[in-house]
Formats: sequence, C-alpha cells, structure tokens
Amino acid sequence: MDPRTTVINERLKRINRIIAVSSGKGGVGKSLVATTLALTLVHRGCKVGLFDLDFTSPSTHLIMGVKNVQPKEDKGIVPPKVKGLAYMSLVHFSGDQATPLRGADVSNALIELLAVTQWGELDFLVIDMPPGISDAVLDLVRLVKRIEFLIVTTPSLLAFETVKKQVRLLQELKIPIIGVVENMKMNRAKNIEQETEKLGVKFLAGIPYDPKVEEAIGDETKLLDTRIAQGIRELAISKIT
Amino acid sequence: MHEWALAEAVITAAQQIAEKEKLREIKEVTIKIGELQQVEEEILRFALSQLKPASFKNADFHIEKAKTKFKCRVCGNTWLFTKNKLDEETAEAIHFVPEVAHAYIKCPKCGSPDFEIAEGRGVWLESIKGVR
Repeated sequence: MDPRTTVINERLKRINRIIAVSSGKGGVGKSLVATTLALTLVHRGCKVGLFDLDFTSPSTHLIMGVKNVQPKEDKGIVPPKVKGLAYMSLVHFSGDQATPLRGADVSNALIELLAVTQWGELDFLVIDMPPGISDAVLDLVRLVKRIEFLIVTTPSLLAFETVKKQVRLLQELKIPIIGVVENMKMNRAKNIEQETEKLGVKFLAGIPYDPKVEEAIGDETKLLDTRIAQGIRELAISKIT
Repeated sequence: MHEWALAEAVITAAQQIAEKEKLREIKEVTIKIGELQQVEEEILRFALSQLKPASFKNADFHIEKAKTKFKCRVCGNTWLFTKNKLDEETAEAIHFVPEVAHAYIKCPKCGSPDFEIAEGRGVWLESIKGVR
C-alpha cells in the first residue's frame, strides 16, 4: 500500500480555502492569474501559499522573479517564503532542467509533495494547475477535500470550448467552481459572460488585454500595477475574501 | 527530517488497515524503502518509534531496502540506480521528489530521459500483522 495518500488532508487541515486556478487550454494567463491572486491576497493581509502544480512547464517562479530559494526540512518540507507567500514548486528540486514526466510520474510527484509539504496555517492555498483535465486535476479532486476551482479562459471560442468540458466534469463530480475569469479581452463583447452563465457558473471578471504584462514578468511591483492585477484585486475583494 | 512526514504516513496507513481488519494489537509492520528516495533508515526508524500509538507499542518494524530499477521506454534497456554518480545537490533533489530523477538521469544506452521507475521508488507499506 502507498501510505502517502493517508496524510494529505492532515497536511492541509489548517488551510481555510484551497483554490485551484485552472484552464482548459494553455496560454490563457492561468499562471498570471494564480500568481496575481496569491500576491493580492497577501497584500490584503491574508496568509497565503502558492503551489505550482504545472510540473512540466512551471512559470510562477518566473512571474515573481524567484531565484535561489530552497525549502527547509522540518518534519517534512517547509516551503520557502517568497514575496510573503509560502511558495512550493518543482523548480526548487529540478532547477532549470527539463523534467519530462508521464502521467504516473505527475501523480507520484503530486502525491509526494502533498504528503510531505508542511504548509502550516493559511487563509488561502492557491494552486497553479497544468491546463486541461488530465492527471493533476483528477488527482486533486480525488485526494484533496474542500478543493474549489477558479477557471481562466480567453475570449477565444477554442479556449472556452475546453472550459465547458472542464466545467461539466467538475459539476458531475460535485466539485465547487468559484467561477470563470475571462482574461485578455480585446473588446466589450459579452458572449463569454453569457455562455458562462448558461453553464450555471458565475462569471467573475473580464480582464482587458494589457501589453504591459510582458514587461512586468519577474517584477512584482510592475505586475501589481497591470490591468490583470486591477481585475484580480476587484475579484479578490468582491468574490473571494 | 523529511523522513518524519513519511513515517507519519506509514503509521496512519497502518492504523487504517488495523481498524479495517479489526486488529487490536499490531505485532509486525513491514515497510519497503526504494533506494531512489535515499531514505535514512535510522531516522525513519526513530520517527516510527516516536509516532507509534499504543496499539503499536509491541510492534516490530521490519524495513526492507529495494534496489531501484529503471526501464527505458525508448530502447527497452533496464538498469539499476546508483547514487555514486550523482552530486550531492542532485541526490538531495531526488530524495525530496524521486520523479525529478527525470531531470538528471538518462538512459545509459540511448540517452533518453523517458524511462519508467519500474521498482524501488520510495516508501511502501508492505504488510502488517496483529491480533484481533
């Protein structure tokens, strides 16, 4: 028997809310939304953890400009503090190396980190998910009680079609969905908002495309001055905290 | 003391099995530890002794070490893990999350990082024995 799964909810029991930031497709700004949400919650005085579960393509460390931080060992692994966040990512262990993982390896690494990470007491744990509805989503749903999903899309119908599948899956599994964020809006079209509501899910925010975001990568101050941060701040105030 | 967290998992899992099997006293717990994770046996043993509940007070913890076998998915080659070829930092990274072996280890025959950890990954609860 694999003993690790038996302690996962014990490790997470002092966390008030666990929010998985997810998307149907890659490239919709999911990691930016997850990172900005985590930083915004810290700035609002909350105790927050950020867990980068996009093992094969992690990017939250780049968004925050994280360098040379290491977890500590103390009855497990204690995540380092980064910008006020308890921050866990596979990059602490794999560095800049490409880490090709198949599904079973993703599950094993995820179970390992959930079983040994000592998050302590948190108001929020924000999880940056890999895109889609494969191993990481299925494992989190299976292993983590109280998980909630926040789904990110763009105005593209291609992105939204995959969101529909994800929403249907989560609804079938009776997993709470906080709502959908539409990122990189180019105009005031309401079609994603209307389609989201047809799914029986809250439309949380429409965030305009902001060319300044690319320049803000690696710089927390610039990042929190972008339209994405403004949108997330309003969302955090009105719908999350 | 990463081993402490793994010992907690072993005790919790063993307790769950004991409850299911209606065992009131545990006599023996057999644990396998795969070489890849490089778990320190003495630390694991110490943590188990500190964490064990009353129903485990007379339990013997048997710890068996398992060699780690890799199998290349590209050329089918199989080979055994050896810690000696790794620097300290890499060995420690693999100790924390054995799957990061895919970032550092390649098939010695064809050079592919696409291999399976076929045996001897990490901590495994092999069996428990007790009385009802």
